[in-house]
Amino acid sequence: MKARVYVTLKPSVFDPQGHVVAEALVTLGYQDVKDVRQGKFFEVELADADPATAKARVTEMADKLLANPVIESYRVEVLQ
Amino acid sequence: MKFAVVVFPGSNSDYDAFYAASHVVGEQAELVWHKDTDLKGADAVILPGGFAHGDYLRTGAIARFSPIMAAVKSFADRGGPVLGICNGFQVLLEAGLLPGAMVRNDRIKFVSKLVPIRVEQTDTPFTAACFSKQMLSLPIAHGEGNYYAPPDQLDEIEKNRQVIFRYASPSGELGAEWNPNGSLNSIAGICNRQRNVVGLMPHPERASELALGSADGRVVLASVVKAIAAQVPSPKSQVPV
Repeated sequence: MKARVYVTLKPSVFDPQGHVVAEALVTLGYQDVKDVRQGKFFEVELADADPATAKARVTEMADKLLANPVIESYRVEVLQ
Repeated sequence: MKFAVVVFPGSNSDYDAFYAASHVVGEQAELVWHKDTDLKGADAVILPGGFAHGDYLRTGAIARFSPIMAAVKSFADRGGPVLGICNGFQVLLEAGLLPGAMVRNDRIKFVSKLVPIRVEQTDTPFTAACFSKQMLSLPIAHGEGNYYAPPDQLDEIEKNRQVIFRYASPSGELGAEWNPNGSLNSIAGICNRQRNVVGLMPHPERASELALGSADGRVVLASVVKAIAAQVPSPKSQVPV
């Protein structure tokens, strides 16, 4: 089964890369862009388990390694 | 005394640190591969600059899994002096040996230049030979040196006098124009609560001889020589045999 992990900088942490991407989009003519936050995306393939157990396992992985909880927050999705 | 310089795949300041410790400061030094599990009887450990493990995932994130890091951690726990320079500082943050984290420089650019650094505290093994508010001219070379800690943690770091180096003007004033990367409180280097583990983004080893543009960095390694000489017994003698 697969799980997806989305990691982004916490709202309180300035994201210089996202800021530059937002400016670039505005330069391209997308004047409606107000802000961009850049992040990371992980697809984790793991042995079959019930979705609740899988979600707990992957959340632990995100907390211990995939994200740095000092600066980043994460969201875990388990695919059926 | 003896320095151990840890070599990760992707370290690039390992020989600079080795050279500064052995040829400039004139002490014994040994390069220790990251897969080794002991520190070869060293009295002080340097985690050098570079891009350990290609900076995959996050800077310093994978290096904490290198086998040598268990030995570094137990050495630090026994009070042994550990210095993380640039990427070595990032490794110490990711390994939880120092508080906080690094994010991209606020102006995105990789910054490589000599900058004025103010010494904030002299009661660490790596600033013992400095005087308070001493100004050092040291090179920085990083893209991700923007120090961050959540507000409560930052308060605690300041309260405990754990900020060891700050970016400042040549005469020692703080200000955004002297902060090259957006670090909170102009932080260039910090120590742990026990004060034996120090991390800094500037490269003292690359400023250890006048031919390099500055010899100000020499005092950082000279400090640990002084600190070790003053300390009896040394941490390594406490290693169980």
